[in-house]
Amino acid sequence: MANALHLENVTMQFGGVVSVNNLTLDVPEHKIIALIGPNGAGKTTAFNCITGVYQPTNGLIEFMGKPMVRNHPSGKAAKAYKGENADKYISEPVLSPTPDQITGLGIARTFQNIRLWKSMTVFENVLIAKHLRAKQNVFSATFRGNLAEENRMREETMELLAEQGLDGYKDELAVSLPYGLQRRLEIARALATDPTLLLLDEPAAGMNPQETAELADFVRDIRKKYDLTVFLIEHHMDLVMNISDYIYVIDFGSEIAQGKPEEVQNNQQVIEAYLGISEEEAV
Amino acid sequence: MKQKRNILPTLTCITVLLLLVILLENISSFIPGLPQIFQPTSPLFTVLKKAAVYSLVAVSMNLLNGFTGLFSLGQAGFMLLGAYTYAILTVPASEKAQVYYLFGGCAFDFSLVDMFEGIFGTSGFGAALSMVLACLIALILAGCVAGFFAYLIGIPVLRLKSDYLAIATLGFAEILRAIFQWQKLGPVTNGANMIKGFPTFSSFNITDASGNVLLRLSTFVPFLISSLCIIVIVLLINSSYGRAFKSIRDDEIAAEAMGVSLFKHKMLSFVISSFFAGVGGALFAMYVANAQAKAFTSVMTYEILLIVVIGGIGSVSGSVLATFLYVACSEWWLRFLDSEQYIGGFKVPLLRNGFRMVVFSVVIMVIVLFFSQGIMGNREINIGALLKKRSVKTDKAERKE
Repeated sequence: MANALHLENVTMQFGGVVSVNNLTLDVPEHKIIALIGPNGAGKTTAFNCITGVYQPTNGLIEFMGKPMVRNHPSGKAAKAYKGENADKYISEPVLSPTPDQITGLGIARTFQNIRLWKSMTVFENVLIAKHLRAKQNVFSATFRGNLAEENRMREETMELLAEQGLDGYKDELAVSLPYGLQRRLEIARALATDPTLLLLDEPAAGMNPQETAELADFVRDIRKKYDLTVFLIEHHMDLVMNISDYIYVIDFGSEIAQGKPEEVQNNQQVIEAYLGISEEEAV
Repeated sequence: MKQKRNILPTLTCITVLLLLVILLENISSFIPGLPQIFQPTSPLFTVLKKAAVYSLVAVSMNLLNGFTGLFSLGQAGFMLLGAYTYAILTVPASEKAQVYYLFGGCAFDFSLVDMFEGIFGTSGFGAALSMVLACLIALILAGCVAGFFAYLIGIPVLRLKSDYLAIATLGFAEILRAIFQWQKLGPVTNGANMIKGFPTFSSFNITDASGNVLLRLSTFVPFLISSLCIIVIVLLINSSYGRAFKSIRDDEIAAEAMGVSLFKHKMLSFVISSFFAGVGGALFAMYVANAQAKAFTSVMTYEILLIVVIGGIGSVSGSVLATFLYVACSEWWLRFLDSEQYIGGFKVPLLRNGFRMVVFSVVIMVIVLFFSQGIMGNREINIGALLKKRSVKTDKAERKE
């Protein structure tokens, strides 16, 4: 099966700290893949490298078989570079698209700490995400030259809200929604950009078990409905074990295990990373 | 949906307002013996003209500061570009020798007014038509020049954020002012001297052959141009692009992640805002009947920023409202603070030249401390809703009876 996303030797170094170290992973199309790890393992940094918020220090990221991000340490960064494969991509041109260009390619994301547009309503929050694919320039938009397009955007937004069960809240301020619905709205907003790959950064953070169970069904539903590939970071082991097809575990920036949920669950290294090593064993 | 319902009443209100302005400035010629306030020389009309001009600039600044969240202080610089473009393009060739006498005439003899007079003739209706056309085109070009410079300066400057952007744009405006006063550029900009002799608001008054005013339009014209420009800005704000601007203001990172290109949209907002600031600058030149770099200081930018803050950052109607209040206070209602006043035999203490600014400062402090949202916050006056409320009220009243 083709890979939607492929990371190769991705290293992200901030000053002397290597947050993501030589990470290589594959996200096959139409699957739900999870990236887990203890706090500070570098999961969100990996996401930020994929979505263009950070430019990785070294490595290659391919999306749908095409190189999307590529970099190699140069100048000052080359001297300070602590990672591996420093010369692997040196002969190839650097690619560093901006986050909006990456979203344009078809990768949408949500945020660990919800980032909705606070002064705007639920409806507007989703409508703005439609702007990316709108076929109108600033003149036709200002002088209402293409009302059909504007109406189409509004209708699609309504449909999307209805599907997510948010249509009842459409004129409320996004921040006035309960926490679980804000998460759902963030996903709806991400879906409005017509993605093929959806990145969820701790979608269940702060949710109770009931909400988490609902979220699992929700993610499965949207994956099927929109024919998506889902790549998520999560701390809730129940959720991860429940919905993932394949799991990557990282700690201190490096991969320590990968496999199907049951394999990862019983992996000694993973258990140690999460629970620590008992002193007797360490000695 | 909501917008559609509001377009008609809003447009009707604006039309009625414009007609009222025409009526107001001509009423003294129909009904003799009205109080001084209705005479063409009354401060009322000065205030109305200046406020019409300033409201456009304030709204353009609000587009940038209030709707896109870019804290820019370059407004006076773009107004200066607009004012000079307008002035240089419309001073008739016959006036140029006199205006540029220090530099032995202007570097180029082109004038839009002359060009159109060459087509439509120099007398009567032809002259009027060519003047109007020349003014319109010069206004648009004034905006374009300001917009073009905004584009150039925007490439490096828009990478900056918040205060740094403010400092860079403020510096740009100051540099522009210095360049326009440079003696070496005298044949084009007339150095530090003013350019005059171009069509002003009073050129739009309709006169008979001997120069008697038949119909005054000198207050109507700035109102018309400003309201057209503000309508365009409001349309932009309510469009898909306007929503993208607001998303940048609310959360840049989220906006970028949802596919809103930060650079493209910030640039758009900056160029469009500067375009209208340029038009506003040209109108300002028409209002004061001269163009001089000395007038476009950073104080002018602060004045406009103040209006935007008083009106409410992120509210177009707030900006317009605040402009009229501010201009009326500074040019008219609070003027008395600047001269010595006697009540009976008692001389009111403190009142002297400059005291007005002290009072202003206090007012600003009070506003910033206690009403940081300004008059309107980020709400808008919704004429459609107001009318509806009114009709609901009357309905209720009728039912009671």
